Amino acid sequence: MIQAINSALDVMLGRDPMVVVMGEDVGYFGGVFRATQGLQAKHGRTRVFDTPINECGIVGVAVGMGAYGLRPVPEIQFADYIYPALDQIVSEAVRIRYRSAGEYWIPITIRSPLGGGIFGGQTHSQSPEGVFTHVTGLKTVIPSNPYDAKGLLIAAIEDNDPVLFFEPKRIYNGPFDGHYDRPVTPWSAHPAGEVPDDYYRIPLGKAAVAREGNAFTILAYGTMVHVAIAFCEENGVDAEVIDLRTLVPLDVDTITASVEKTGRCMIVHEATRTGGFGAELSATVQERCFYALEAPIERVTGWDTPYPHGLEWGYFPGPIRLREAAKRLMEA
Amino acid sequence: MTSQDGDARRNLPPLALHVPEPKFRPGDAVDFADFEMPVAGAVDRPPTDSASRDMAGHVYAMVRVLDDEGRAIGPWNPGLDPDRLRRMLREMLTVRAFDERLHRAQRQGKTSFYVSSTGEEATAIGAAHALDPDDMCFPSYRQQGLLIARGWPLADMMCQVFSNSGDRMKGRQMPVMYSARAASFFTISGNLATQYPQAVGWAMASAIRGDTRIAAAWCGEGSTAEGDFHSALIFASVYRVPVVLTITNNQWAISSFSGFAGGESTTFAARALGYGIAGLRVDGNDILAVYAATAWASERARAGHGPTLIEQFTYRAEGHSTSDDPSRYRPSEERNLWPLGDPIKRLAQHLTTLGEWDDERHAALEAEVVAEVREAAREAEAQGVLGDGFRHHPMETMFEDVFEEMPKHLQEQRDQMLAEYKASGL
Repeated sequence: MIQAINSALDVMLGRDPMVVVMGEDVGYFGGVFRATQGLQAKHGRTRVFDTPINECGIVGVAVGMGAYGLRPVPEIQFADYIYPALDQIVSEAVRIRYRSAGEYWIPITIRSPLGGGIFGGQTHSQSPEGVFTHVTGLKTVIPSNPYDAKGLLIAAIEDNDPVLFFEPKRIYNGPFDGHYDRPVTPWSAHPAGEVPDDYYRIPLGKAAVAREGNAFTILAYGTMVHVAIAFCEENGVDAEVIDLRTLVPLDVDTITASVEKTGRCMIVHEATRTGGFGAELSATVQERCFYALEAPIERVTGWDTPYPHGLEWGYFPGPIRLREAAKRLMEA
Repeated sequence: MTSQDGDARRNLPPLALHVPEPKFRPGDAVDFADFEMPVAGAVDRPPTDSASRDMAGHVYAMVRVLDDEGRAIGPWNPGLDPDRLRRMLREMLTVRAFDERLHRAQRQGKTSFYVSSTGEEATAIGAAHALDPDDMCFPSYRQQGLLIARGWPLADMMCQVFSNSGDRMKGRQMPVMYSARAASFFTISGNLATQYPQAVGWAMASAIRGDTRIAAAWCGEGSTAEGDFHSALIFASVYRVPVVLTITNNQWAISSFSGFAGGESTTFAARALGYGIAGLRVDGNDILAVYAATAWASERARAGHGPTLIEQFTYRAEGHSTSDDPSRYRPSEERNLWPLGDPIKRLAQHLTTLGEWDDERHAALEAEVVAEVREAAREAEAQGVLGDGFRHHPMETMFEDVFEEMPKHLQEQRDQMLAEYKASGL
């Protein structure tokens, strides 16, 4: 998935002279996860460059660049570090089109790795998407595989509104089945690991049916798409897995079509539970599919604790938790 | 056993917290006798390619061009011709008349809120004259003078303040949060200092693209305490950004005097030193000093020598806004005793000294701009005022411009709102 992201940035730097890539360690070195490797050498130091360790500044100057007419793609090294930039995102980038009645707009794409499962502890594992899905004027994208990551990132960069592009770091190097004690399988063995070199887009706001099924619907995104699919395959569960891909705007039609068909719904995310995006999904399903529901909606999420370093596999909503939730869902 | 009872360290003197307090509070006699008046013409004008460390003294001194007799003296005298000076005077008078008119309109219930810049007119007008018309301005909410100096229609600004049918912001922004792309004037935020890194980013973009335009930003001395201010300075320094960063030190942040932004211990211009940025401190009520410093900084930026941080030392003569009553926290006579005087009177005095102005012409000009403002107000008020209620913009327009294309969930919410209003007979 790293190569797919690198390819998306490379393609866009080549196609559009207004695209710039910036962030901590992204220049000469190519990023701590190597997502920008080789881009500075190819596109030059004023197109791909390192920044001070100052997230407020990284996003703040990107907002100004966007107002000028560039399409900046700032990287926040870990989603856990995004909070110093909160005001520039929440009060500035996303409101400038609105408050200026369309005189100015900010076409920036903020990339940032999120999620745990890599022993990153409390400060390298968070999934703060729910903080941002609450913010109007902002699009939030979380890809689950290399093919989608490239197509969605290109669509995000070409979008004229601010986009937050969260990359689940646990699946940078391969899909994850939720079993932390098994060897990592590389993307090369996965169909969505095949990524064309050229330009292509996947539209924002469109979910994908990642696995068809009839027993119940699992709503997931990012890493949890693979955990959910692996759970179904390993346990012979005939569930339908919806990969949301974009949280805002949300593809409500794909969600409701699936829940109307199955009559049961499980929501899975790695982020903490209270006020998480699962709450929004749950409310949406309840509002629109109430009469089709045959059981209470199940939410399988991270616990409402900080991400504990040594205990991360107790926090991570893995196969055991999915199995118990599926039992409750089917017994009700 | 903890040491929180202090017993173990009883032989040390107790610590004491310093909480700043302004010199004068309501009821105190105001006396600026110990204000050390900087001497006009005394500060040298370094070459615009000077290293910041070679001009460290400038952040503690104060550039003044106009002396007490209204003469323009010293190396910072920009030598502007009388026509230009009269234009500056006219614009400052326009700002003052505009502020007075809209302050009154707020008191009459025509709008919710207003922010005057009384006493600070030179800070925006002087700077605007020193920049090119297409240099990009990232103002705070007290730089209405920039728009007026750039010839923006007064009625258009008033329509924004009234949130009326002529308000190009469609009633979405609080009064004075103007946006004027055609005047290279960025949309104003109510959050403080957020425009500082944005200005730096805009100027970085201009440099990346090989453009010739520079950016300029303004914030108050109180806002220099915000993280965004420091974020902006580090980026401006690292990339030698062609940007002019101005701090309008009007002494007061609502009720907090400049001591709560660190003003007791150093100057605001001195913030530049740690970042390796050129810093200048100027008399903000001396429009020639303001002009000269901004021109110096703009020349430096355009020649690729990087950013400048300018502190304009001035005084906020009115309250923070119409929601503020400054007599609750500072003596009312302070504004009249401010040692650096009034910027309009000082420029008028200078023109008089040159033999280019007199009281009669001044009175005539004042009457002329008041009439112009009155006419603009008539034009704006004919398009409605906020006090009229919700009728100026169709309610459903609130859903526009959240995104470039309205996504489905907003379309649904818009339709729901309209249906609910319809059902209730509205």
